[in-house]
Amino acid sequence: MKTTSLNLRAAVVSLLIFACFIGAWQLATSGPSIGGSSAGMTAEEIEYAKMMGKDPGTEKSSGFPPPIEVARASWAHLSDPFYDKGPNDKGIGIQLAHSLGRVGLGFLLAMVVALPMGFLIGMSPLMQKAFNPFVQVLKPISPLAWMPLALYTLKDSDVSGIFVIFICSIWPMLINTAFGVAGVKREWLNVASTLEVNPLRKAFQVILPAAAPTILTGMRISMGIAWLVIVAAEMLVGGTGIGYFVWNEWNNLSLTNVIFAVLLIGVVGMLLDLVFAQLQKAVTYVE
Amino acid sequence: MSEFFDPYNADRPLMMKCSCGRDHSVADHHAEVAADSAAIELRRRSESAEFEAYSNEFIEATLVKALFPHDEERRRFLRAVGKGTAMAAIASVLPVASMQAMAQEKQGALEKTDLKIGFIPITCATPLIMAHPLGFYQKQGLNVSVTKTAGWALVRDKMINKEYDASHFLSPMPLAISMGLGSNATPMNVATIQNINGQAITLALKHKDNRDPKNWKGFKFGIPFDYSMHNFLLRYYLAENGLNPDTDVQLRVIPPAEMVANLRAGNIDGFLGPDPFNQRAVFDEVGFIHVLTKDLWNGHPCCAFGTSTEFIQKNPNTFAALYRAVLTAAAMARQPKNRELIAKVIAPSQYLNQPEAVLNQVLSGKFADGLGKIQNVPDRADFDPMPWQSMAVWMLTQMKRWGYVKGDVNYQQIAEKVFLITDARKHMKDLGIEFKAGPTYAKHTIMGKEFDPAKADAYLKSFPISKV
Repeated sequence: MKTTSLNLRAAVVSLLIFACFIGAWQLATSGPSIGGSSAGMTAEEIEYAKMMGKDPGTEKSSGFPPPIEVARASWAHLSDPFYDKGPNDKGIGIQLAHSLGRVGLGFLLAMVVALPMGFLIGMSPLMQKAFNPFVQVLKPISPLAWMPLALYTLKDSDVSGIFVIFICSIWPMLINTAFGVAGVKREWLNVASTLEVNPLRKAFQVILPAAAPTILTGMRISMGIAWLVIVAAEMLVGGTGIGYFVWNEWNNLSLTNVIFAVLLIGVVGMLLDLVFAQLQKAVTYVE
Repeated sequence: MSEFFDPYNADRPLMMKCSCGRDHSVADHHAEVAADSAAIELRRRSESAEFEAYSNEFIEATLVKALFPHDEERRRFLRAVGKGTAMAAIASVLPVASMQAMAQEKQGALEKTDLKIGFIPITCATPLIMAHPLGFYQKQGLNVSVTKTAGWALVRDKMINKEYDASHFLSPMPLAISMGLGSNATPMNVATIQNINGQAITLALKHKDNRDPKNWKGFKFGIPFDYSMHNFLLRYYLAENGLNPDTDVQLRVIPPAEMVANLRAGNIDGFLGPDPFNQRAVFDEVGFIHVLTKDLWNGHPCCAFGTSTEFIQKNPNTFAALYRAVLTAAAMARQPKNRELIAKVIAPSQYLNQPEAVLNQVLSGKFADGLGKIQNVPDRADFDPMPWQSMAVWMLTQMKRWGYVKGDVNYQQIAEKVFLITDARKHMKDLGIEFKAGPTYAKHTIMGKEFDPAKADAYLKSFPISKV
């Protein structure tokens, strides 16, 4: 009973915060509308006003868009998400699918490399010490810094995008796997050796379940980073994807569409995080 | 809101969505229909006998001009061999051979029909872009996809990687790439210039009372790329006014759209950038047009259409077909009467993604200057595809002037290698057609000073402000 009322109250507060935010946004952006009457203007002045997009009688959106305009643009994008008008103009659904595809592929590759390597590093203190300097140096490099190198060496912009996701999302997985594997309780390992379990079985039946929650935490952080990186990478490489959409609208100086994209990126990021939160829940156990 | 729901208007259906059934606003629908009908109208015009005659003449004139940049020489040649022989000779030797004949006879199979062409969304790319919706590529048997690209460095990389078969370039870029400046040396060719003029120096509104460049010490300017006419023209303009562009001002490489945003934020004082962004700065009320580059060098080249030398060698027929399509588009873009429709065709989001009102002002030359006046400059932007090698020489002198190239530069050799007028002269000699070969270089007047490509080094040494 108590928890439901807490949830309810939290929801109410959330809604209130949201309403305040939208209200403040609306207030801050509702300036006097441009346009107005053409009375008292010479013919040339009227023509000039028209060239400036201030056709008397019509509204010109300039400055920061109010929430209603963003809502309208969002609706327009979301109501026709899968149209395809050639390589430069695709619906938002197709763009998202491209981005998710790249993220998925890059993330999968990172997983294939990071998990075994994490095991290796976690199980051997020597390896841990040997690899540590490389991990520390490579970890903080920004995706944008990798991009020119990737383009130069891989010679393909699509592959480069996937590579950048790979290289940026590998580190948290690697570190967390190593940490999780290294932190498996000594007693459990001792029990395993007492029972003379073979190394493969030990890895899969003792270490993996014990380290799984930590590994999944790493994967969750990595997924967050991958989603963060894809926008930057696609803005640079162009072509398709949600990052390209942002770049294209930036090129059009359309803040409305950029805000829509930013919100969408946030929502998709949250959904991805939720998926991993569920997975994490599934592998967590209570001792 | 009446634009969306109009329940009391008997002439309009009450629908919660557009009456075409798709989920977009009525305004969007109108824009789409306008773009489509403009494309249909332009296509109709392109199929008229009148345009075909004009276009053929245009293309042939371009080629003949390429062969004989000096009128006197052309006349001498024509008098010596007669029109018929001259035409046959030209038709037989040009790799892009007599366009007229080829367009009808379809000689030579196309080596490659699926092509990918890159472009940067600016009005400079107009011929390249409009050839797509107007079906000019298709008419040549090519299935071309024109792909918007995020920046010039990426255009360079994608050309070197062979992701693109051909691309929109800044005209100095193929020179730089061929020479290995800022990249691996990869031989590139300029097939045609896309546009001439069409750039401007735009300043932030706060400088509207400070129009004298001599007072601009400490200003920050945006340019789109190091190897661009924008950079060279801005440096030239500043230096002519006594400012050293390397020490007295700051030049920053900024993508055009971000120039407008930076101008608004006060991060830069101005930029020499491509249209429509000069006009966009005016439209967004953040800047004014200080000077059109046309007033610095009337007829200066800006962007180019080109591809790698390897592509041309491997696919000569495809290249010729591509060349014809782009030249036909240039011929169409040259005619002022088509410009308004062209603005409609290239405005949608798959091409330039800009308000049509802005594009129309750029292309028609009747524009608001940001200071309250309407200016009428019909040749603000024009489309003359002639890749003068003398222009390449000028770019090379400027690269040397500002330290992008060091040491001796064989201007003419590089210019002739990259700026593909055609190897026609050589072929003519092979065929035994004699004509007095004069230089294929024209003189230009740039900011009141004559540039003679034959005396490039003397020209280079004549500047007080320079790194040489």
